[in-house]
Amino acid sequence: MSFRDRLKETRAKASDGFRGGKLMSSIFRPGSPFRKGYVDSPRNRSYVVMNNVLYHLHPVKVKRHGVRLSYTLCLGGLSFFLFIVLTITGIWLMFYFRPTELAYVDIQNLQTTIAFGSLVRNMHRWGAHLMVLVVFLHMSRVFYHGAYKAPREFNWVIGVILLLLTLLLSFTGYLLPWDQLAIWAVTVGGNMAGYVPVVGAQVKFGLFAGLEATTATLLRFYVLHVLFFPFIIVIFMAVHFWRVRKDGGISGPL
Amino acid sequence: MVDIPEHLLQRSAEARAKALGISVEQAMAEMKGQSDPTIISKEPEVKVIDETPAPAAETPAPAAETPAPAAETPAPAAETPAPETVAPVKEEHAAETTEKVAAVKIEEKAPAAKTPPPAKADAPDEVDFAPDVKVTQRLLTVVKAKPIQKPVKEPIDKVNTWPHLMLPEFVALMAMTAFLIFLSAILQAPLLEEANPNVTPNPAKAPWYFLGLQEMLSYWDPQIAGVMIPTVVGLILWMAFPYIDRNPETHPSKRKFAIMFYTFFLAGAGTLTIIGVLFRGPGWNWVYPWIDGIWFDDLLDWIHFE
Repeated sequence: MSFRDRLKETRAKASDGFRGGKLMSSIFRPGSPFRKGYVDSPRNRSYVVMNNVLYHLHPVKVKRHGVRLSYTLCLGGLSFFLFIVLTITGIWLMFYFRPTELAYVDIQNLQTTIAFGSLVRNMHRWGAHLMVLVVFLHMSRVFYHGAYKAPREFNWVIGVILLLLTLLLSFTGYLLPWDQLAIWAVTVGGNMAGYVPVVGAQVKFGLFAGLEATTATLLRFYVLHVLFFPFIIVIFMAVHFWRVRKDGGISGPL
Repeated sequence: MVDIPEHLLQRSAEARAKALGISVEQAMAEMKGQSDPTIISKEPEVKVIDETPAPAAETPAPAAETPAPAAETPAPAAETPAPETVAPVKEEHAAETTEKVAAVKIEEKAPAAKTPPPAKADAPDEVDFAPDVKVTQRLLTVVKAKPIQKPVKEPIDKVNTWPHLMLPEFVALMAMTAFLIFLSAILQAPLLEEANPNVTPNPAKAPWYFLGLQEMLSYWDPQIAGVMIPTVVGLILWMAFPYIDRNPETHPSKRKFAIMFYTFFLAGAGTLTIIGVLFRGPGWNWVYPWIDGIWFDDLLDWIHFE
């Protein structure tokens, strides 16, 4: 046996010993492709989904027509994925951002001195625009397939709430760079809220934390953007995904 | 006649073939009425010791019971049609069989219907075998106990989520990530000068998804365009849509009004948004982007213009 073969065998043995060892089998539940002895069988295919909390969003089996890319274009999944990307980049941006008079300087520093700062900020901004677009396209897809019909009526209602929350998240984030674009866009948007009958002035005052957009508004929007709306939207997303499965998975073919 | 499942027919045919000494195919053909039934002049299994015809009406055997001794009687019995030679099952013996295994007489329409049993005149209908008569039994078929009606659920064509759904999803996520990183690498997010409440830009534009609304605000009273339309149309009507549209059809050809409605909404919202983004300049006046430039700061880095 040549040295090379022996080396190969030793390596294979070590790999098997590690993958089949106690540590790995304690981390990965039966059926995981990362575990030793994974073979492609219907049983293991079921285990992959059943024994992983992340994959558990999915049922073990899905309707065949729903797998076709042309049916959903993956829009719902991509909305969720963009939300995750925005969460990750957003948390990263929070390390460098103070919602005070220094906000503008912080953004400038992000763009100029912090490694990957510009890239991550761009990803967060374009990702946000993309998410609004993708959520809207997802809604259109659902509408054109008539997928909101019984028994999925209520999930449509939750979907509209999710769209609204997406818009609110994007809108509250719009102010944070604290430049002329941000403050005046939010002023225009906030003034629209002032036209609400009877309580318009109060709503506007509550939104701006004053009569006009100031750094108090900045702090308010910041808290809404990084804490309040994400918290609410995650709850509604959980219900949305849960209802997708409870209402019989993806809607039928046309 | 009830449809007999193929596998039961096959078993009956085998039993019949064994009993009559014919081939299975022949027996099957006979049972299906495709060929004339085999007529045997006497039954080899049945040996009647006492030939005296039993007194009539002693044992009221069911009609299915054959006049077995008719096989011994000379003239008319020879023409006894096949069905009656098939299953001479006596009550006492049938009672011994379990409830799941029952001897079933295979009915043959054609000869039975044409020729009424000719033996009737000569042989008595009911025959009582003496207890010591040897009668061999044979199993014709097995009837399994099961419900008469089976609720059948329409099977749904399904595939395993792993890998048939998760792989395409993974590819879609990777593609989206690549697209987003590419976009972020080539397009710089806008950052104007620091916020200054004392300097109002002209025009001041909302984020693009609100520009359709801002455009409407320039047409109508803000109470209508800014409040009534977004809340009533945008939220209440939109959320209630599944409860308004009670048409259960999902195919586009059967819900033309709904499709039309949504398409008009899309076209309207899209037009208003595009006008708000590209065709509105200082003082919210109409501009042409190719002449006067783009007055939308989010697009600063997208299209370079003077």
